[in-house]
Amino acid sequence: MTEAVLTTSNARAPFFARYNASPIQALALAAVALFLIAFLIVPLVRVILVAFTDEGRFSLVHFGDFLRTSLLRDAFWNSIYVASMTVVVASLIAVPLATILARFRFPGAALIHTLGVVPLVMPPFVGAVAMQLIFGRNGSINLLLNDWFGFRIPFMEGLNGVIFVEALHYFPFILLNLSASLSNIDSAMEESAQNLGARGFTLFSRIVFPLAMPGYVAGAALVFVKVFDDLATPLLLNVTSMLAPQAYLKITTVGVADPMGYVISVIMIVCSLGAMLLSALVLRGRDFSTTQRGGGGLSRRRLGRLGNALAIAFVVVTLLIVLSPHIGIFLLSIATVWSFAMLPDAYTLQHYVTVYREAAPMIGNTMLYCGLAGLIDIVLGATLAYVVLRTRLPGRRLVEQVAMSAVAIPGLVLGIGLLRTYYDVKLPISGESLATFWFMLVIAYAVRRLPYALSAATAALQQLHVSLEEAAESLGAGKLRVLSRIVVPLMTGGLLAGFVTSFATAAVELSATLLLVARAPDAPLSYGIYVYMQSAAGRGPGAALGVIAVVVVSIATYAAYKIAERERGLKSREVF
Amino acid sequence: MALQFTRRAALGAAFALAASAASAQSVGDKLVIVTSFSKDLTVPFATAFEKKHPGVKVEVQNRNSAAAIAFIRETRSSPPDIFWASAPDAFEVLKKNSLLQKYKPQAQGVADKVGSYPINDPDGFYMGFAASGYGIMFNTRYMRANNLPAPKEWDDLKKPAYFGHVGFSAPSRSGTSHLTVETILQGEGWDKGWATLLELGGNFQQVSDRSFGVPDAVNSGQYGVGIVIDFFGLSAKASGFPVEFVYPSVTAIVPANVGIIANARNQKAAEAFVEFLLSEEGQQILLDPKIQRLPVRPASYAKAPVGYPNPFSDKSLGAKVKFDADVSEARYELVNSLYDRLVTFRLKELNAAWKAIHDAEKKIGSGGSAEAKRLVAEARKLATTVPISSTEAADKAIAGSFQEVKKGEKVAGRQAEFEQKWDTAASKNYADAKTLAEKAAAAK
Repeated sequence: MTEAVLTTSNARAPFFARYNASPIQALALAAVALFLIAFLIVPLVRVILVAFTDEGRFSLVHFGDFLRTSLLRDAFWNSIYVASMTVVVASLIAVPLATILARFRFPGAALIHTLGVVPLVMPPFVGAVAMQLIFGRNGSINLLLNDWFGFRIPFMEGLNGVIFVEALHYFPFILLNLSASLSNIDSAMEESAQNLGARGFTLFSRIVFPLAMPGYVAGAALVFVKVFDDLATPLLLNVTSMLAPQAYLKITTVGVADPMGYVISVIMIVCSLGAMLLSALVLRGRDFSTTQRGGGGLSRRRLGRLGNALAIAFVVVTLLIVLSPHIGIFLLSIATVWSFAMLPDAYTLQHYVTVYREAAPMIGNTMLYCGLAGLIDIVLGATLAYVVLRTRLPGRRLVEQVAMSAVAIPGLVLGIGLLRTYYDVKLPISGESLATFWFMLVIAYAVRRLPYALSAATAALQQLHVSLEEAAESLGAGKLRVLSRIVVPLMTGGLLAGFVTSFATAAVELSATLLLVARAPDAPLSYGIYVYMQSAAGRGPGAALGVIAVVVVSIATYAAYKIAERERGLKSREVF
Repeated sequence: MALQFTRRAALGAAFALAASAASAQSVGDKLVIVTSFSKDLTVPFATAFEKKHPGVKVEVQNRNSAAAIAFIRETRSSPPDIFWASAPDAFEVLKKNSLLQKYKPQAQGVADKVGSYPINDPDGFYMGFAASGYGIMFNTRYMRANNLPAPKEWDDLKKPAYFGHVGFSAPSRSGTSHLTVETILQGEGWDKGWATLLELGGNFQQVSDRSFGVPDAVNSGQYGVGIVIDFFGLSAKASGFPVEFVYPSVTAIVPANVGIIANARNQKAAEAFVEFLLSEEGQQILLDPKIQRLPVRPASYAKAPVGYPNPFSDKSLGAKVKFDADVSEARYELVNSLYDRLVTFRLKELNAAWKAIHDAEKKIGSGGSAEAKRLVAEARKLATTVPISSTEAADKAIAGSFQEVKKGEKVAGRQAEFEQKWDTAASKNYADAKTLAEKAAAAK
């Protein structure tokens, strides 16, 4: 197939023929690279350079210190352990859920997909309080257990607690990407297997799951990397013996001049890239693409009465567990006081009245910023994935690695870098600084969430056979037409997954937000939540804003799935 | 004569005019405040200030201390006007980086000291506008459910009964927490002070990474007792949570501060805001039940509700404590780092050591063999040992390793080297203490 492309492009300049790329593709790669240099590399380097200097000169002495410090060595292994185990636990939740949703005709599939995304939307501080009130040492569940049976389960203690909470929080990465992959599988493959006698688990484990590998691996790698770099959960559980909290505590502690925080950041970036590379190696040399498209994924079956009941029971129980923090946030938002008790003392709508006035502009800002960030991410992610997989342009892998490294960069570090680099750049008309202009928040969100969209797009493209594009080209379609009529439509599922993850996680991002928001009218919901959650009286209103954030993201996600489902409905073949 | 008279009158009239113009004259149209205070505090002040100076629009930017410092540093070229926060350490960092400007408030009637702590920065870069005392906050439901007596004094929290029920915020993460630790170290002396801190730490359920984390957890009932600054406890109670707050008989009182940022764009408005905070009108706002901070004008307590703590008349609040600001400043970063190595990051090990000691002491009781007593005393000694002497801590070269190294300055080593040494010592001490205590219990 590459030969075919080579012969068609031989007519063009030899440079582009050698790299199997058109000038436009080269330009696209350059544009992505430029974006990353401007908004990731330069700001980042300006901040973390101190990790490599000692007494004003280049030095690796701090990395030596890292290796010599027992606390940090322990932290490193703890982070690896937690990230790996979380992948296992998250898979136990996500793989059955994704399979059931893809496989069987299920009432309200879009709703369930939406609810599956909600765990990603964990509003800052509010989520932590709600988690403690539900799963904590004296949370509802433990108070109940203690009353009835006289024992407690330490859900939220130590490393295993971190694994539990992280798995509840991040399994949607696997769910989303695996679902997208499953919906791309050619049902002919499955039918052939069935003709040959494969049924049930054999069919799933030998045919379906292997074909969906790109999505699963993309999701699992993201979970690993995200958990490895995640800060919120260890802080919530007060586990400091992991890398991310160690870096955070150094960087954000007032008056600390020690560069160790930045050293740890560099090490986390390197580890994250290593994990992504490893995941790429798993898939290397295998072909997951199927040529026949438009089948709309696996054939869906109606279930028998028993099967239906079992599937529904599994889905309901799983959702109940993973959504319990959000149930907690909701209760908190309508509670007068909730303290050392199974349920709040009394209920009120007062908190919603309190936030009513200011909520509207914040909702608007959150929608605008996160929507734009999500769009930027899928455009950049899809472009980069396409260039990486379909061309042999030099430097494309490097750009990909740089984009992926954003996942490991603490929001505060990026925020400081952006301020340092762009504060003195003034906007032409208003004279406002570029760094505190609201669009910089969009960029900060987009940069840090680009890895999600990139992974999703790469997985989607890996399942798309290149011969489809070649066929279109040989029928006379130009590159652009092929992209817009063949590639993008067939990648919709993956792009949607990328958009939703970027959008949902950006809606509750706080660390960069806290640094870059300069005016109250520009503030998104996450900032509003932060402001309230600094006092005892603000807990209720903060939770109310948290609920609003969750609802906003859910509506957007639901709409996205409804659109996708309609597309899919047009394509899908039903098997009765 | 007549001429002179008219002239004087004219002059007087001109003065009067100027004065009235000054009071009515706008102090600008905008004021940008960076603060780590919650809405409960910022909104009433901002509203009252806008009312007093019509035409000024107050913009409040809420950021935590770390983000606030980073923001002020990175926006040097065109900075906000006011930094307004509790943490004296944040102000010190800004001052060291020349990001604050000197200002001498005109307001009269503000005390020089609250307890033994100077209210204003001696160099004039920031001013205290309110005071707060440290104390003990506890969740009454939690205490009832766990049959815990209400604590009254710091020493109560060392008792085995409170094991695993107490929370504190790390001094490296909370400037006010740091002052409490430093007060204990100065009050009891370096070695004895650390022994107290480590024994208290043995009972901790958590060392939080943010000041508000402690009251948040007590409010939820995650643990029962928190060592917190008064307004966290008092305002939670005012908001309806089942909590109580007590001042131990000896406690530290610390100021909350305000400073004008160097090259503030709205200089006049910034000055007016500082004056407003220190005026009788501004000080009265502090008495709001949701704010509950202590005014720095002794006269402002006249209108306070009955029972409102008054550090200027109640001598137990802060007065007994001696506090040397120079000693504190010289070893500020070192004490923070040391506390994190000894308590925050080795809390599990510290807990285990003290659990074993408590168990052994209970088992031995008043009887017990001499050997058992010796072993348990040995264990106690290990679990209360600080790996660096007060002379070393005062050594400029060692303390300098924890600060930004200026060109040509000689320091004793890198921070990471000391931290590794202390961490190793702490882990070993706690493990040995545990073993010894277990042996003591067996030797009984």
